[in-house]
Amino acid sequence: MSAVNKAVSRRRFQRKITERLAVGGMFLCAGVTIFFLLTILGYVLYHGAAAINWEFLTSLPVPAGESGGGIANALIGSILVVACAAAMAVPIGLGAAVFVNEFPTARFGRFVRFLAEVLTGVPSIVVGLFAYALVVRPMGGFSGFSGSVAYAFIMIPIILISAHEAFRLVPDSLREASLALGIPKWRTILSVVLPASSSALLTGVVLAVSRALGEAAPMLFTAFGNPFWNLNLGKPIATVPLLIYTYATAPYEDWHRKAWAASFVLLVVVLFTSVVTRAFLRGKSHE
Amino acid sequence: MQSEPQAIDRPFIQSGRSKASDVRVRNLGDRVFYVTARTLASCVIVLALLLVADLFRGAWESIRQFGLGFIVGTTWDPVARIFGTLPTIIGTLVKAAIGLLLAVPISIGAAVFITFYVPKWVRPIISYPIELLAGIPSIVFGLWGLFVMVPVIRTAQIWLKAHFGWFFLFDGPAVYGVGVLSGSVILAIMVIPIVTAISRDILLTVPRLQIEGMLALGATKWEAISKVALPYARVGLVGAVILGLGRAIGETMAITMVGGNAFTIIQSLFDPVHSMASQIASEFTEATYSLYVSSLIYVGLVLFGITICVSLLAQLLIWRLSKGKVAIFE
Repeated sequence: MSAVNKAVSRRRFQRKITERLAVGGMFLCAGVTIFFLLTILGYVLYHGAAAINWEFLTSLPVPAGESGGGIANALIGSILVVACAAAMAVPIGLGAAVFVNEFPTARFGRFVRFLAEVLTGVPSIVVGLFAYALVVRPMGGFSGFSGSVAYAFIMIPIILISAHEAFRLVPDSLREASLALGIPKWRTILSVVLPASSSALLTGVVLAVSRALGEAAPMLFTAFGNPFWNLNLGKPIATVPLLIYTYATAPYEDWHRKAWAASFVLLVVVLFTSVVTRAFLRGKSHE
Repeated sequence: MQSEPQAIDRPFIQSGRSKASDVRVRNLGDRVFYVTARTLASCVIVLALLLVADLFRGAWESIRQFGLGFIVGTTWDPVARIFGTLPTIIGTLVKAAIGLLLAVPISIGAAVFITFYVPKWVRPIISYPIELLAGIPSIVFGLWGLFVMVPVIRTAQIWLKAHFGWFFLFDGPAVYGVGVLSGSVILAIMVIPIVTAISRDILLTVPRLQIEGMLALGATKWEAISKVALPYARVGLVGAVILGLGRAIGETMAITMVGGNAFTIIQSLFDPVHSMASQIASEFTEATYSLYVSSLIYVGLVLFGITICVSLLAQLLIWRLSKGKVAIFE
């Protein structure tokens, strides 16, 4: 009798140990991930904060070897290129999402949504090649506009998917109430469905913008970069992520410091928007 | 959720087509709106078609010259005008595979931990930083990798070579630091948040009752998870992993900065080796004649083909399990 008891208790002991090991292992997994986040953030913060100052944000780059200088042209360039991209991507993304959700005709809409999900998986470098073949070649030179086209291509599927999810959350009773009042469908969509989901739509757009702001690969052979002031989207233009790449891979110590500082700026912008929007999405989806 | 609006929408569009004049005015507005929305939706399809067409057009010169032999060619000689891209394909796939090998256990472990072990109110505290990690731009990973991670890996490589140099994987040029190992590790770090987030969403779809039933039978929590939850979610988890694979294959900036860009076939873990993306990124603006440019676009086309196949497969698997409940982001 006691032998059986002993066997049972040993078995139970083993199972308990396995349980403990499994929990420990999984805790470690989560810990490792958070550790990476913290070290990356920490390093960018540490190196970036040391190199950043007012001059860095407001003056032009100087040639390698000279001290001082900044990334003002790249900051403005990034904003210009992304704004132009948003001007193209938002109407297409939102319009397509309206179509997919509000006119569920046959397979066309569902196919568009499916396509959007596939397009999110296109590597950003391939998007760059696409913009090169579509815009740079016919126009005969690198330009900020071609960069915008590349960014727009990245943003459209993100906006489309998030807008579609937002429209889905609008209760049908709202649409029905509006339609029952005799309001035509297009007015219903514009003045009931869109306002009801406006904050979630904005979230999606901001998410897409912050994603585009950080992309360097499509800019390599579209916007190309430019060490001088340029507000003309028809000409090569500097953008922050591309500038980080150029500075980080150059052999100058000073440029490395500037790359850290530029990353700091980029991270602050991107993570801030992501924190705000994700907090928002989370709050919504848990309701 | 989607089926209900269909029920009201359909008759509305059709009923507007008849009778009195105000209905026709209203119909006109609807018509215009419908056409506009449909046009914008078509834009997405047109863009996708343009993407494929442009890649083919850009690569055409090289396709005509080398045909499919380009994919198995091992010479990349801009001077002799001979191009073939097998080593970069192998480099890409090996780096992505090793990256996933490192990332998958960590991701799924973290996802299981978040889903089943942590009280609901603690969940965001752990999953939030992981989502933040997903938001960091690839160029910042590259910068961090180049200046912080590569020196660490270089030290590790030199130690490994000194002690285990007889093993063929460790018998490479350890002193560079940049190379297959660095590339794989940075890919792993970048893929972890994506795989974790999707795995977590998939694990949340496992019916709670099944796990509770298992627990009621006297199983420990780990037994319930490993015997019920994981098998249930298996297909979706594989989908999440494949989605991560797609991201790892297409990743550009970080891999360009730490992958070590040399056109050779991988022989050891320490070799600096090009990925497809890094080859395009580092050579495109230096390509001086059209066949060279065209060949680089051809590499892009191959890369595009591989990632599309991979992401289609992932989508299929994730959809099959979650029936559309898990939306794929980023």
